[in-house]
Amino acid sequence: MKKFTRFDGVVAPLDRANVDTDLIIPKQFLKSIKRTGFGVNLFDELRYLDEGQPGQDCSNRPLNPDFVLNQPRYKGAEVLLARRNFGCGSSREHAPWALEDFGFRVVIAPSFADIFYNNAFKNGILLITLSEEEVDQLFAGVEASEGYRLEIDLENQRVITPDGKALAFEVDAFRKHCLLNGLDDIGITLQDEDAIRAFEQKHKQARPWLFRQPA
Amino acid sequence: MSGQTLYDKLWNQHLVKQRDDGTALIYIDRQLLHEVTSPQAFEGLRLAKRKPWRLDANLATPDHNVPTTLKERAEGNSGIKDPVSLIQVQTLDDNCVEYGIEEFRINDPRQGIVHVVGPEQGATLPGMTVVCGDSHTATHGAFGALAHGIGTSEVEHVLATQCLLAQKMKNMQVRVEGELGLGVTAKDVVLAIIGEIGTAGGTGYAIEFAGSAIASLSMEGRMTVCNMAIEAGARVGLIAVDDTTIEYLAKRPFAPTAEQWEAAVADWRELVSDPDAAFDKVVTLKAEEIEPQVSWGTSPEMVTGISGQVPDPKAAQDETVQRSHTRALEYMGLQPNQKITDIKLDKVFIGSCTNSRIEDLREAAKVARGNKVADSIKLAMVVPGSGLVKRQAEAEGLDKIFIDAGFEWREPGCSMCLAMNADKLGAGEHCASTSNRNFEGRQGYGGRTHLVSPAMAAAAAIAGHFVDVRSLPANDATHAQEA
Ligand code: SF4
Repeated sequence: MKKFTRFDGVVAPLDRANVDTDLIIPKQFLKSIKRTGFGVNLFDELRYLDEGQPGQDCSNRPLNPDFVLNQPRYKGAEVLLARRNFGCGSSREHAPWALEDFGFRVVIAPSFADIFYNNAFKNGILLITLSEEEVDQLFAGVEASEGYRLEIDLENQRVITPDGKALAFEVDAFRKHCLLNGLDDIGITLQDEDAIRAFEQKHKQARPWLFRQPA
Repeated sequence: MSGQTLYDKLWNQHLVKQRDDGTALIYIDRQLLHEVTSPQAFEGLRLAKRKPWRLDANLATPDHNVPTTLKERAEGNSGIKDPVSLIQVQTLDDNCVEYGIEEFRINDPRQGIVHVVGPEQGATLPGMTVVCGDSHTATHGAFGALAHGIGTSEVEHVLATQCLLAQKMKNMQVRVEGELGLGVTAKDVVLAIIGEIGTAGGTGYAIEFAGSAIASLSMEGRMTVCNMAIEAGARVGLIAVDDTTIEYLAKRPFAPTAEQWEAAVADWRELVSDPDAAFDKVVTLKAEEIEPQVSWGTSPEMVTGISGQVPDPKAAQDETVQRSHTRALEYMGLQPNQKITDIKLDKVFIGSCTNSRIEDLREAAKVARGNKVADSIKLAMVVPGSGLVKRQAEAEGLDKIFIDAGFEWREPGCSMCLAMNADKLGAGEHCASTSNRNFEGRQGYGGRTHLVSPAMAAAAAIAGHFVDVRSLPANDATHAQEA
């Protein structure tokens, strides 16, 4: 997992509550054997005018011009601004995979669904919960000026607007630590590598047959 | 201080580190891999530029997607018609080659359903921790091994670290005491247990199955029982080690030999719950009261004895139960109070990781011998759990008995257990199935699954409806369990 450093990115607004994981990545794309490449199908139903099929080349599909991510002013967006209960529905880890693959590193919303919350952090995406009013203000700001960017300072837990206003947010200390240091679950476990090796040695001595291969 | 349960012992033997947040790192001795839940795990490793921690802890085989007709199988991977299934199987092959993991490929005689293959090879040993990206991994608990079904991220975690992040469960003991009646099998025992405690009865617990009726089961029977622990809500099912376990393992390819065997056996003998061990919950069933079981609904707990009838939803006390029973009867196309023996079948499936081992096939063959599948049955199929089971069955002439009776004799795989390959139920079709899940659509869209033992499935194939195996002539199924 990449280390999460302080950055400043273009904001794309998705003005819609209860965006579920099926909307984020529809179920026909779950049959893939990969965890990358979901970006082209992120928000597939909103983004394209036809029905997407797995494995299809998306470059010639008809785009829905009204959908924000298709508008030039939001090109290269890294921050998604959303509404209440973002990420509800099934537990598919494909949802954060798709967001990440598309290029989003942060989602800001008034609230997030539980499982999605876990899955997103596991995959290096920072979810920032702000109050309804703050989110409203950000929507207004994005609407008002093209190329609207936000600075995300995870270390100090603040979102900094172009006019220099800082919005504080809460994040669990453990998750923050993992993001800042680029540690996923595996990375964290591997911090105990020595303990695992020591255990393995002892275990092998006590019960060598557990390590045996057929002749 | 009271003694330890079998689960406590296995947990303590594998505890690498207890963390402050209540989770623990548990060392994993064996990981079984198949094509459906492993691709993204390997991909994750690759993306993070990590290597598997210990290659020889892993063993792979494709099972969920493989076709089961001889014609398709003769073509190897290219016999797989569905492109997505094909990619999954090929990806498993490629990953195993790339990383150097041992794999039994599609036409290797040792290929089969992971939960049949592991024990058959002795790759599952008492005292091991076993994981697999499949919820029926509890099967391996029959050997006094601590076996967990896990998700794809966890598969990757185990590949990379040889550890699983786990939380200790509570201890439950399910005792089945007494002697099972003739024609009553391990499948009937576990269905009766689920009927008793419900599909959430074991949630949060590791269940140890014990008592004289469990001890009298063969290893195949014990695996059938542990296999369905998850259907009782428990991720882990366990049975203590005894002579039966040790005899089964002797001379298996992955089992220890010579001096190591002696040392191992001495160690395995300790894998029983201490007499003074404390369980958080104990449930006891009387073996004599268990009759052959048939599930009538869309959850494994919706089950009753062969002499019983479909319940009347109105009779249920609880309103939620009333609603779920009404919904289940509607889906299953059954009437309240209908006799179980009046349920007519369209298809019969003998197979799956619950009941596709040699003993299961012997039991079914006893019933099939010299009989004919009823004309009203559109398809009756027998799918051995592995290439080696198939070979053994053929050596015993079981394939001939089935074919003569009108059953199709297939190649090993999961097949119609979850209908990921071409073997499926049509909408509205009733199927007597030896598998483990009767959820809506599990065996095909609109399909109606009835879970039964192999002998009961064979008997239903011949009669065209459910019959009590105990009522068949003495040379048939009534002696099935002596096999
Ligand atoms: S036989 Fe069925 S339950 Fe068993 S592993 Fe295969 S699909 Fe899963």
